[in-house]
Amino acid sequence: MAKARVKVPKTAKAGDVITIKTLIKHKMESGNRKDKKTGKTIPRHIIDKFTAKYNGEVFFTSDWQSGVSANPYCAFKCKVDKSGEFEFIWHDEKGEEYTAKASITVA
Amino acid sequence: MSRKAGSRGGRGRGLAALAAGLLLAAGGLVWMPQEVRACEECKGKYEVDGRKSGYLFSTRETQAIQDDDFINPGMLWVEKGKELWTQVDGKAGKSCASCHGNAEDSMRGVYPVYPKYVPELGKLENLEQRINRCRTTNMGAKAWKWESDELLAMTTYIGYLSRGMPINVKIDGPAKPFFEKGKEFYFKRRGQLDMACKHCHYDNAGKYIRADLLSEGRGGGAFPVYRLKWQKIGSLHRRFRGCNKQIRAEPYPFGSDEYVNLELFVKWRSRGLPVEVPAVRR
Repeated sequence: MAKARVKVPKTAKAGDVITIKTLIKHKMESGNRKDKKTGKTIPRHIIDKFTAKYNGEVFFTSDWQSGVSANPYCAFKCKVDKSGEFEFIWHDEKGEEYTAKASITVA
Repeated sequence: MSRKAGSRGGRGRGLAALAAGLLLAAGGLVWMPQEVRACEECKGKYEVDGRKSGYLFSTRETQAIQDDDFINPGMLWVEKGKELWTQVDGKAGKSCASCHGNAEDSMRGVYPVYPKYVPELGKLENLEQRINRCRTTNMGAKAWKWESDELLAMTTYIGYLSRGMPINVKIDGPAKPFFEKGKEFYFKRRGQLDMACKHCHYDNAGKYIRADLLSEGRGGGAFPVYRLKWQKIGSLHRRFRGCNKQIRAEPYPFGSDEYVNLELFVKWRSRGLPVEVPAVRR
């Protein structure tokens, strides 16, 4: 169900600080809601860890809790020195992983 | 005993100080006059002949989410609708694209004219019903359920293709009696609270109801809307049902004649306002 979107500039100058935007479709079920019909608690199901890699090296991680909204948006900055590939990994509580990739050319 | 009383007094003072602090915070942050929220250039776009879109009643933060197509989570449904457009479904082995071709050409301008009168049915039909009629009669497929991800995605996608176009529904000719019924619904008191749509969105628009700023109820160009409270896209009829429940009235079913008639009236109230799908509201 998860569908990720990332926005990374296609080109940059060496030493530039770029902004990376990410968004993923996920219901982020908090575990605090009840099913109106049955009265039972809907089990928690959230993305608990987000990792961003640049040329295989982790440069940004973030731990998410149940207060994060559905379809979470996350933006952050990165200083780039050479061309390469970004990899973004969303880790789901149930062990699933969603990934997205984007590349950048640094002149 | 005396010590107990003393401690209670101390707590009372603490509470009073806390309350004063909260009021100060509220004065600084929450009670923003409406004019502060809208930027000058948005006014021309979202205000036509004094009719204001719900956009101008949103906080600047919510407006920012709507303005950026990347952040706007409603775009996820647009993308899904785009995929569904070419997906073959049903006995006839057709997709939407088999008959309508490229959606960007054929579907632009469709959203602003619905709901419209259909002679074969003898009544009004809205966009959701039109999509499902196409599915059942032409594609031999099952109708999508109301508020299902598929139907919401398709309506959102078709709405998105008409973005920026002015709402322009027909209320004369055969549509007239249905328009009158919708108008009657809008002004008729209902439910335990004995309120009509007009009490909030006509008489008191622009005023606060507790912490919420009442809009003018001109959502004709906004729905299906990404509502932060819902955490997803929802249809206009879902909003109608929510409104009816809040005034403790029995809501009508999705796609009922009453709501489709009301939809025409609400769309007419939004005439001239741009299509904003997928809009973002609180």
